[in-house]
Amino acid sequence: MTDTTTDQPPRLDDSGSRATRAGDSIFSGLASAAGLTILLALAGVALFLVIEGAPAFTASGESAYGKDNIVVYVWPLLYGTLLAAVLAMVIVTPLAVGLALVISHYAPRRVGTYLGYLIDLLAAVPSVVYGLWGRVVLAPALLPLYLWLSDNLGWIPFFDGGESGPTHGRTIFTAGIVLAVMALPIVTAICREVFIQTPRIHEEAALALGATKWEMIRMTVFPYARSGVISAVLLGLGRALGETMAVAMVLSGAGIITIDLIGTQNPSTIAANIALNFGNASGSKINTLIFSGLVLFVVSFAVNFVGRWIASRGEVKG
Amino acid sequence: MAKSIDVSDVNIYYGDFLAVEGVNMSIRARSVTAFIGPSGCGKSTFLRSLNRMHEVIPGARVEGKIVVDAQDLYAPGVDPVAVRRQIGMVFQRPNPFPTMSIYDNVLAGNRLNSKKMKKSEADDIVEKSLRGANLWTEVKDRLGKPGMGLSGGQQQRLCIARAIAVEPQVLLMDEPCSALDPISTSAIEDLIHELKSEYTIVIVTHNMQQAARVSDETGFFNLKATGEPGHLVEFNPTAKMFANPDNAATEAYISGRFG
Amino acid sequence: MTELLEPEAPVRRPIPLQAPQLPRWAPPVALFLSLAAAGLVGLLLGWGPAGIAVVAWVLFLVGFTGWAQAIEGRRKAVDRMFATLIWSTFVIAMVPLVSVTWEVVSKGHGIIGADFFANDMRGVLGETNIVTGEPGGIKHALVGTLMITLTATAMAVPVGVMAAIYLVEYGKRTRFARTITFLVDVMTGIPSIVAGLFAFSLLTLIFGAAYRSGFGGSVALAVIMVPIVVRATEEMLKLVPDELREASYALGVPKWRTIVKVVLPTAFGGIATGVTLAVARVAGETAPLLIIAGSTTVANWNVFEGRMMTLPVFIYSSVTTGGKYAAEQEARAWGAALVLVVIVMSLNLLARLLGKIFSPKTGR
Repeated sequence: MTDTTTDQPPRLDDSGSRATRAGDSIFSGLASAAGLTILLALAGVALFLVIEGAPAFTASGESAYGKDNIVVYVWPLLYGTLLAAVLAMVIVTPLAVGLALVISHYAPRRVGTYLGYLIDLLAAVPSVVYGLWGRVVLAPALLPLYLWLSDNLGWIPFFDGGESGPTHGRTIFTAGIVLAVMALPIVTAICREVFIQTPRIHEEAALALGATKWEMIRMTVFPYARSGVISAVLLGLGRALGETMAVAMVLSGAGIITIDLIGTQNPSTIAANIALNFGNASGSKINTLIFSGLVLFVVSFAVNFVGRWIASRGEVKG
Repeated sequence: MAKSIDVSDVNIYYGDFLAVEGVNMSIRARSVTAFIGPSGCGKSTFLRSLNRMHEVIPGARVEGKIVVDAQDLYAPGVDPVAVRRQIGMVFQRPNPFPTMSIYDNVLAGNRLNSKKMKKSEADDIVEKSLRGANLWTEVKDRLGKPGMGLSGGQQQRLCIARAIAVEPQVLLMDEPCSALDPISTSAIEDLIHELKSEYTIVIVTHNMQQAARVSDETGFFNLKATGEPGHLVEFNPTAKMFANPDNAATEAYISGRFG
Repeated sequence: MTELLEPEAPVRRPIPLQAPQLPRWAPPVALFLSLAAAGLVGLLLGWGPAGIAVVAWVLFLVGFTGWAQAIEGRRKAVDRMFATLIWSTFVIAMVPLVSVTWEVVSKGHGIIGADFFANDMRGVLGETNIVTGEPGGIKHALVGTLMITLTATAMAVPVGVMAAIYLVEYGKRTRFARTITFLVDVMTGIPSIVAGLFAFSLLTLIFGAAYRSGFGGSVALAVIMVPIVVRATEEMLKLVPDELREASYALGVPKWRTIVKVVLPTAFGGIATGVTLAVARVAGETAPLLIIAGSTTVANWNVFEGRMMTLPVFIYSSVTTGGKYAAEQEARAWGAALVLVVIVMSLNLLARLLGKIFSPKTGR
C-alpha cells in the first residue's frame, strides 16, 4: 500500500494496487455495513415491538389490566399522550417564535448568541431532573393557580376542576408545562435557524417602504419561515409525545378521558404508563405494555416523518 | 411634490470604521443625480444614508446634516420610518416579496399606512403605479400571480412601482440595472427619464455610460487610498463632468484609466 | 411640530418627517409604575409574588401600548406591543431555567460529601445503614451510569462514524444513502422508552424473560446515540474541503487511507464534540434503563450480568417510592440530581471546549 509510493515506477492499472483495492473494498464494505446497521436497527425496533406486542391483540381481562380488550386499554393512554403533547405545543409555539425572534432580530448580534446558549442549557437538563422539579416544586406552586382557575373560569370545560375542585398540582396541565419547557430549546433552535436565513434583500425592501420592525417581520420573516416553523413545531411535538420520565414523575394519571386540565383525576400517557407499570409487570401484561409502546412508536414516527419531510422540502436544517 | 436634498459635512461610520468622510452637496429637485466611482468608495453607503437605511446595519451611524424640505433627517425627533416612507428606495437586485402577488406587492407600502382601503381605491393605486413603472400592459392580465414569476427586468420595474405607489418625495436607486440584461436596462433608463418630472431621483451606478445617459448631475466618489475613507471628489452637471471635469482623478476615472 | 418649522410656506404641504416619539425613559418609567401599582394592590389583597408579577406585566403591556398609541399612533403602538411580547418570552423562558438551577443546587448541596460518593444503598433504610451506621450514597448509581454509558459509547461511535463516512465519502447521492440520511433524522425522534422496549424485546427473546443487565441499557442508549453521532460526523466530514482529498489522491494515496489519515483527523474536533454531546444526552436518560437495567442497591461493575443502578433511575425510584423514609429518599434524590446535572453540564462544556480547540483545523 505505502510501498507503491516510494521507489517503484508509477503503475496505472496492474496488480501492484491490489492491496490498495482490497483495503478500499474492506473499508467501504465496513462503511456500508454501518449504514445498513442503522437501517436494520430501525427495522429491528419496529420488528421486535411487533413480535412482543402482537400477543396483546387478544389480551383481555387480567392481561389488559382489567379492560375488555387492548383498544379500550390503549385508547385513553393515547388520548392522554396527545393531550399533554398538544398542550405543550400550544404553550411552546408562541414562546419559541418569540424567543427565536429575540435571538435573530431583536437582541444585538453578540448578545443574541449568548441568549441562544442560555436556551440550549434548558435542553441539557436531564428529563428526570425536570420530573423531580415538576413533582416537588412546580406542581405545589401551581395549585393556587388551579384553584383560582376552577373558581373563576370553571365554566370553561378545560378548567372545570371536577366536583371537589383541584386537590393537587400534579395535573395534565402541569405535565404539559414541563413538556413545554423540555421541547422549547429544539423548537426555538429550528425557528431561529430559519428566521436568520430570511433574505436581507426582502427585509430591506420592507424597511425601505417605511415598515416598522414588527411590520418588517410580519411581511418578510414570517412568510419566509412558515414551513420551517411548522416543521419545528412537529419535531417538538414528536419530542413531547415520547417524553417519559418527566410525565411519569409529575402526572398523577388514571387512564381516563377528560378535557378537564386541572382536575384531581387526569389521563395518563403511554410512555409514563409503561415506565410506571413495567417494573411490576410480568407475562402477558408485558406484551400489553409493549403493544402500547408500539402505538407510541408509530405515532411519534409519523409526526417526526411529516416534520422532517416538511423541513427537507423547505430546505431547512433541523 | 419632489424635494431637494442638502447635504453638509456628512461622515458615515460602520462601528468605529469611517467609511465616507466630509460629503457636501446639493441635490436638485426634479432631476436625476448619479453617483459614480470605483467599488468600495462608499457611494452606495452614502445613498443608503439618504433615507436612513444605513443604520439598519448594527453599529452603523451617520454624522452631519442631510436636509430635506427644511428638516434634518438626522435631527432628534425625526422618525426613520417616516423618512423611509417619504424617500423610497430601489435595490441592486430586484426584491419583490416572494409570497405576495403582483397586486399585493405594489400595495405593500400603502397597506402599512391605512389598514382599510376601498377596493376601487386600491385598484387605482395599482394601475397608476404600474403604469408609472411602464409595467401595466405587461402584467395587467396576471395581477394575481406571484411577483417572482416575472423576468428580472419586470421584477425591478415592479419594485419601482411598489416604491412610487406610496408617492414618495425622492427615489433612491442603488445600481438598479446591474443584475439586468441590456434590453431591461434600457427600459429602466427610459423609465427614469419619465419619472424625473415628478420625483427627485438619485441613482448609484458603476456604469459611466448609464450615468451620462440618464443623469443631469453627477457626483464622483473615490478613495484617497486603500483603507482610507471614501469622499466626494467632484460634483458637477453631467455634461461638464464628462466633457471637462475639474479634477484630474475624475478625468482619469472617466477616461477609464482606473477603477 | 412640522408647521412650526415651516410657517412661511403655508401653501406647500410640508412633508411629515418628524413624528412625536415617546422619550427614552418611557419604558423604564412605565415598567416601574406597573410594578408599583401591582405591588401596592397585591400587598393590600395579599397576592403572592407570582400574582403581582403577572398583574404588573398586564398593566405594563396595556398601559405602555396605550401610551404609545396616544403619542405615537397605532403603528408604533403595535410595534412596541410586539417588542414587549417578544422580549417577555425570553423572561418567561428564563423562569424554569433559574428555578431548576436554584432548586437543584439549594436542595442538593447539603447531602454532598465523601460518604455520598463512597457508599451504596445496601442495608440503608432511613438516613444510614442499619448495620454499620454509615449514611447511604450513590456509589452504585455512579458505577452503573459510568459502565452503561461507556459500553453504549463503544457500540455507537464506530457504527455512527462509519455510517457517516459511508454517507459522505461513498454513498453520495445514492438512493440508499438518502434513505439512511432521512431515517437517521427520523431516528433522532424515537422516544427513548421505545428504544428501551426494543432492547428489552431483543434481549429477552434471546436470553429469556427474566433477563436484566446493564448491557441491555447500553443497547438502548446506543440506539439513541447513533443518530446524534452520525449527524455530527456527517456535518464535519462535509466541511473538509475537497481540495484536501484531491491533494491526497494526487499523491497516489488510496481512498481509505485518505479518509483515515487526512479526512478524519481534519474533522476530529467536530466529531469529538458530537460524541461528547451524545454522551451527555444519554447520561441523563432514564426510561430505557428503568425497563432493562432494572435497579439495585449495590455497585455492579459487570455490564453483562445482573441488574445495575444508574443515577437517573436512582433519582426516579428515590422520589417515587414514598413510604416511611420519603424525606430522606427525596434528599438523596436532590443530591443525585445535583451530581447528574453537574456531570451533564460538564460534558456539554467539554463539548464546547473541544469544538473551540479543534475548530481551526476544519479551515472554516
